[in-house]
Amino acid sequence: MSEKKTKRRDFLFTATTAVGAVGAAAVVWPMIDQMNPDASVKALASTEVDVSSLTPGNTLTVLWRGKPVFIRRRTQEEIDEARKVKMEDLIHPEKDEDRAKNPEWLVMLGVCTHLGCVPLNDKGDYNGWFCPCHGSHYDTSGRIRKGPAPWNMEVPKYEFVDANTIKIG
Amino acid sequence: MSDHDYRPKSKVGQWFNDRLPLLTLANHLTDYPTPKNLNYWWTFGGILTFCLITQIVTGLTLAMHYIAHADMAFESVEHIMRDVNYGWLIRYIHANGASMFFLAVYIHIFRSLFYGSYKAPREIIWIIGIIIYLLMMAAAFMGYVLPWGQMSFWGATVITNLFSAIPLVGEGIVTWLWGGYSVDNPTLTRFFTLHYLIPFLILGLVVLHIWALHVPGNNNPVGIDIKKPSKDTVPFHPYIVIKDGFALLMFMIVFAFFVFYAPNILGHADNYIEANPMVTPAHIVPEWYLLPFYAILRSVPDKLLGVVAMLSAILILAVLPWLDTSKIRSAVFRPLYKQFYWILVADVLILGYVGAMPAEGLYLLIARVATAYYFLHFLVILPVLGFKEKTLPVPLSITEPVLGGSPNLAAARNKESKIE
Repeated sequence: MSEKKTKRRDFLFTATTAVGAVGAAAVVWPMIDQMNPDASVKALASTEVDVSSLTPGNTLTVLWRGKPVFIRRRTQEEIDEARKVKMEDLIHPEKDEDRAKNPEWLVMLGVCTHLGCVPLNDKGDYNGWFCPCHGSHYDTSGRIRKGPAPWNMEVPKYEFVDANTIKIG
Repeated sequence: MSDHDYRPKSKVGQWFNDRLPLLTLANHLTDYPTPKNLNYWWTFGGILTFCLITQIVTGLTLAMHYIAHADMAFESVEHIMRDVNYGWLIRYIHANGASMFFLAVYIHIFRSLFYGSYKAPREIIWIIGIIIYLLMMAAAFMGYVLPWGQMSFWGATVITNLFSAIPLVGEGIVTWLWGGYSVDNPTLTRFFTLHYLIPFLILGLVVLHIWALHVPGNNNPVGIDIKKPSKDTVPFHPYIVIKDGFALLMFMIVFAFFVFYAPNILGHADNYIEANPMVTPAHIVPEWYLLPFYAILRSVPDKLLGVVAMLSAILILAVLPWLDTSKIRSAVFRPLYKQFYWILVADVLILGYVGAMPAEGLYLLIARVATAYYFLHFLVILPVLGFKEKTLPVPLSITEPVLGGSPNLAAARNKESKIE
């Protein structure tokens, strides 16, 4: 047996295995990707909300992409409280000015960043939200202050279409 | 192993067996030499097989009436309860059957821990068992989602969100699991599919579990290796079959009590409210059999580390055969291990209790101490104990302590003087 012959066999063997692996991966991928959000789910990307009836100190909860969105019309005290917090006191430092461009309106996903429960309004040690599942406390800007959640409640992309209508998404 | 030279008596039997040796298998199973000192803690293997078959049969019949759709699932379950002939019975057997399954599996696991059944040469049996246990938890969790009540929905949300703790790819994995941006219809349909699949995977693993068991044979309360077959063994049939059968009857009485007298006591009233993505129930807790791990999850204040701790608490069991350094199997001859064993049992029960309570104040403190102890038991106490512990003398055979001539003379004499 010459050395050359063995090498030729080795090459064929490796090449066949490699092509086979690529082929198998190409077949497996559709099976995996079919579980990702489908076109009909993706199509429900934005929603418009009439906020004219909302008075200061109240929260409206609407459903967007299957998740609740909190629209809070904040009182002056709540805004002041959120804005005077020092950055070093925050677990996930974010300025209230960046979270609520228009200080009166706080729009965010009403989903606890720990394990996805819906936090309760006007509860907790920081007068904001409290998650009943595992005890995360959020302040009047929806920022995490105490408990297992790692991040502030997420602010989605939104805009005021007119004075009374918010478009989320 | 039993006599593999078995030949069926009838001509037809021989003809069939030469082509497919099923009769040899049946003969192996009936003659299988079993230690004669097996106590009732050893009957839970048979009981678990019964539980699995019960869940498969009731599950199949429920699937004939259930509709896996977010808009109809809740109503279809009520339809089963109210309209379908004996639907209430089949569903209550299935729902309580899950609890009975876990009750039996916990006794089975703790039996193994007490008598050292996970040790060489039975590590593979043990690891297959842990995989079955993991699949059981997956099946139970997905099954609990199917009625699409409030606990179903929020349980599914919380558990799938555990994956979001994985750095970088976590959020993508959660979206992939959901098939959307929240738990919704795509999540329900895939959970139904997987809930249907997993019991059959478990069935396959049970075959491997028993196959692996039949290679070294059963461990026994004395924990020593025995000759098979010998005067230390009895054939599986009729001795063990009858004993298992009697234990199964006792178990079915408990089972029937729950099904007929307290069918909802192990569930949560919130699950009779249809799923609402806008409102989380004030106090969400998993089913009782997952509470110890839930307590471990909540006792860690960091999200990722909490999830890691919870998974480690289960996976640590898989390496148990190598964490326990003691050569002696049975706790009967390990005076120190026996005490630590009962402390561990108490620790797990305490974790289960605080897991059902709100995660605050004293409960949280207790959960943290109990979590620390749980890991301490497996990672420190067990490895050290194997070197430090002074074990008692082990008899050479099962019959020896009874017939005399035991190396454990002092124990034998004590016994005699007590009898006098």
